[in-house]
Amino acid sequence: MAIDILMPALSPTMEEGKLAKWSKKVGDVVKSGDVIAEIETDKATMEVEAVDEGEIVEILVPEGTEGVKVNAVIARIAGEGSSAKPAPAPEAASAPAPAAAPATVAAAPVAVVVAADPAIPAGTAYVPMTVREALREAMAEEMRSDGDVFIMGEEVAEYQGAYKITQGLLQEFGPRRVVDTPITEHGFAGIAVGAAFGGLKPIVEFMTFNFAMQAIDHIINSAAKTLYMSGGQMGCSIVFRGPNGAAARVGAQHSQDYAAWYSQIPGLKVVMPYTAADAKGLLKAAIRDPNPVIFLENEILYGQTFDVPKLDDFVLPIGKARIHKPGKDVTIVSFGIGMTYAVKAAAELAGLGIDAEVIDLRTIRPMDLPTVIESVKKTGRLVTIEEGWPQGSVGDYIANRVSREAFDYLDAPVITIAGKDVPMPYAANLEKLALPTVAEVVEAVRAVTYR
Amino acid sequence: MAVRPQAEKRTRAPAAAKAGAKPSKAQQNPVNYQVADFSKDEELKAYHDMLLIRRFEEKAGQLYGMGLIGGFCHLYIGQEAVVVGIQMCLREGADQNTTSYRDHGHMLACGMDPKGVMAELTGRKGGYSKGKGGSMHMFSKEKQFFGGHGIVGAQVPIGAGLALANQYRGNDNVSVVYFGDGAANQGQVYETFNMAQLWKLPVIFVIENNRYAMGTSVSRASAQTDFAKRGDAFNIPAEQVDGMDVRAVKAAAERATEWCRTGNGPYILEVQTYRYRGHSMSDPAKYRSKDEVQKMRDERDPIEQVRKRLIDNGWATEDDLKAVDKDVRAVVTEAADFASSDPEPDVSELWTDILI
Repeated sequence: MAIDILMPALSPTMEEGKLAKWSKKVGDVVKSGDVIAEIETDKATMEVEAVDEGEIVEILVPEGTEGVKVNAVIARIAGEGSSAKPAPAPEAASAPAPAAAPATVAAAPVAVVVAADPAIPAGTAYVPMTVREALREAMAEEMRSDGDVFIMGEEVAEYQGAYKITQGLLQEFGPRRVVDTPITEHGFAGIAVGAAFGGLKPIVEFMTFNFAMQAIDHIINSAAKTLYMSGGQMGCSIVFRGPNGAAARVGAQHSQDYAAWYSQIPGLKVVMPYTAADAKGLLKAAIRDPNPVIFLENEILYGQTFDVPKLDDFVLPIGKARIHKPGKDVTIVSFGIGMTYAVKAAAELAGLGIDAEVIDLRTIRPMDLPTVIESVKKTGRLVTIEEGWPQGSVGDYIANRVSREAFDYLDAPVITIAGKDVPMPYAANLEKLALPTVAEVVEAVRAVTYR
Repeated sequence: MAVRPQAEKRTRAPAAAKAGAKPSKAQQNPVNYQVADFSKDEELKAYHDMLLIRRFEEKAGQLYGMGLIGGFCHLYIGQEAVVVGIQMCLREGADQNTTSYRDHGHMLACGMDPKGVMAELTGRKGGYSKGKGGSMHMFSKEKQFFGGHGIVGAQVPIGAGLALANQYRGNDNVSVVYFGDGAANQGQVYETFNMAQLWKLPVIFVIENNRYAMGTSVSRASAQTDFAKRGDAFNIPAEQVDGMDVRAVKAAAERATEWCRTGNGPYILEVQTYRYRGHSMSDPAKYRSKDEVQKMRDERDPIEQVRKRLIDNGWATEDDLKAVDKDVRAVVTEAADFASSDPEPDVSELWTDILI
């Protein structure tokens, strides 16, 4: 009987990949441990080893095929005692287009048309780009224009970045400016702060912000407070960046959202972009900023594609929210990956005849409250969304300010949607339950609009 | 290449005695660390600079008692030879200095204005941080003094980061970072040792071993009480230095600065010293005997040693030294007067210097 070889998942967030190369051909006999193929994900190229033994009787996905879904059947081997004849025709659904016309990975569809960003000149051309590429371009451009900018972190150089954000930077800028560190967040964050006190402009990549808890003393006590403690003498131009919040199935210690934590600290700026355009424009701004900036990314967003303005030097202002979709019935405020719920919910709500205004905060600190308050004055209703925990959340702060500054305009209590008040569970079903859902957003909006 | 240039030359002091309050042999019988004789000018400078720190600290203690200085106040009395000896080898305004919260002496040695330091202690407008930093948080870009850090051990990677900036720019400045025997047990110190040696950063780690981390003696807190050995795992050259003899400190600092300036990487100096006063003003120092302190003051005082040599060599008379003391007292009195009369910062300062 034939055994199916399936497209493997090679990272927590991988949904599809490119079948780069077959190392075996039909008729070859493979043993457990033999390399049979090379798979390229957006993060790395990996060799796939055979688990089952036998003769390869069929290759269903030619090499060079892109966008092969995880768990699609890519080949079959004849197991012991079975004939070498091909099995019946595979289900058509599992085999993507052949290499001759490789399917390009479609951009994750953005359900709602993004409103024009007033910061971008009219008539600007756009190019589709992943968040990952946008972040990389932002760093490379700033490193080209300013010799004091350098990046340090774990696996940023020779490994090309744990999430490939720094891919190619070592080759372009060399080891003086792209510095691999030991796995010692406390120490290297402190060294980076010292370098910033010395006038350099370090970009510190944390493999995840979960690991930055080891470094949080230097982020807060050294980087954020020293300007004040020195009476304005000691600036600290530094960017701490990396993936933040939940990825997928990585458990409680790798899934925390730090937006609310860092947003509490005077002396820091906190940026959390959703789109690739914002990622690029705001990272460039963060690197130029003379203050310490916390730049919270998200692993799931890294591979998502958005239109990015084609400008020589595209920099966005820190501290400005963006109206992602104008609307009149309710204001939905979110940021970072929280925007994915907001955007999907807005599309669903449109079907229910509810016209939601979606605001992407982009910067958590300093927060663009005037944009939120203006919107609430128009809609009279507010729902906030974030993946972080509920107590002391970013949404709580917004609700407090709105209730004080736009109380007379509110037609319903503010609803703040957050992650559930539990450590992130591992089990797939529980993890889903722990995060906000589009249904919760829709339900909240219906509640505040009484529909 | 050899990374332990002192391994053969140095006479390593025996490890500190096990009993808590008992002085180590090194401190009972100072080892001769190839002390170079000072010239008359060097002796006089060391005398003046150490005396300035001592008189300043005595005055700070007095102002604290009067309620003019609040919060914490950590005095450096007894340890003056450490920073003065090292500073004699540094380029003022170019080499960087970073230290802990016991920082007044370091600032004076760096050439910072005593008035600005004292006014910061009293929380006044004319203080180095406009009164917003306090005793533990003062900085001077002009003098390349980078604090003043209130978190034990935090200054260590910061000092290494300043060294990284020197290396990045390709200059031959050296970053000196001071920390105590207590901070020497912090994890971030070893993370920093590792990276400093890995990247050959021009940083001198000065461990000011004053034998007590607040109230806990070295032998009660440290499995390895020979702090010079703490660099062994990272192949960082290290020396133990008699920190009560300013000449020994300067001689060791010369070797360390030379090593760093010529691109060899970091260097560790364990400087064995002693703090006469409590950890802070509110520390009654019950963890050691009065005799222990008195013995140190009588037999090893860093200022007395210089004073005696100046007299014995005929380089100064009692009257000459009295004149130095008078000048120093005048400077300190002026600083205290300024710090007492200068206004508090304007209330608008509450909201400034948060972001640039």
